[in-house]
Amino acid sequence: MFYVIALLAGVLFGIGMALSGMVNPELVTAFLDISGQWDPTLIFVMGGALAVFIPGYQFLIKKRAQPILTNDWSLSKNNSIDVQLIVGTSLFGIGWGLLGVCPGPAVTSMLSGNSDVWLFIVAMMAGLIISHQLKTKVL
Amino acid sequence: MALTIPWPSLLGGILMGSAGLLLLLLNGKIAGISGILGGLTSPNRKDFLWRLLFITGMIGGGWLSIYLLGTPFPENYNASALIIITAGLLVGVGAGVGNGCTSGHGICGIGRLSVRSIVATCVFMAVAGITVFIRLHML
Repeated sequence: MFYVIALLAGVLFGIGMALSGMVNPELVTAFLDISGQWDPTLIFVMGGALAVFIPGYQFLIKKRAQPILTNDWSLSKNNSIDVQLIVGTSLFGIGWGLLGVCPGPAVTSMLSGNSDVWLFIVAMMAGLIISHQLKTKVL
Repeated sequence: MALTIPWPSLLGGILMGSAGLLLLLLNGKIAGISGILGGLTSPNRKDFLWRLLFITGMIGGGWLSIYLLGTPFPENYNASALIIITAGLLVGVGAGVGNGCTSGHGICGIGRLSVRSIVATCVFMAVAGITVFIRLHML
């Protein structure tokens, strides 16, 4: 059942991502370009997601000792706002602003026939591996 | 400016929030795409399979939305290979070092009212906004 839920959640997330329009970098760029023809569509995407997740977390999850199908919550206990967080999210922001593509939309587009998405995925996976090396050896 | 509600985007957001909630409530896992992908780069982990199933589901969800719903996807990213690779690397390294991306920090983290995730989201949105401003209005 655990694995069925993982697959089902992935399918739902992928359909949501496609419907939302975030697979289209032009929409993302138009949202980020506040000094141009600003397009607020992404607010509705995030607003829709949070309108479900915030009350769901507060009323269904927070009071539970454990998840329904497993014994433990895999939640980050890291609350610190440190240099690593700021540097990492800044680098992420530059990459996101440069092309208008972030991990979820890229994964969702893998079988869409987009001729550039695989190049992005390979570079992103390389970046994730590099970040793992940085975290274990440098930081 | 007349405000029209972009219904597919709102619905897409609601679906993503629901998928994130489902994965957390039942499986205890966070639907952070960069985190799930990052875990796939070390295949000896015991939670390799659920990650693979979630990502497979997302790819399938994207594919299904094209063939069942006719959701439009761009044919390419309209950028040079150098930009695509640079953006991919930055997104990967940044999400890895910053422990999350648009989904992990932006939906699930903010959805849990985590201050760390709220700060992370503000930073990457601001930096992405500045990057877009430089790209579109200064170069």
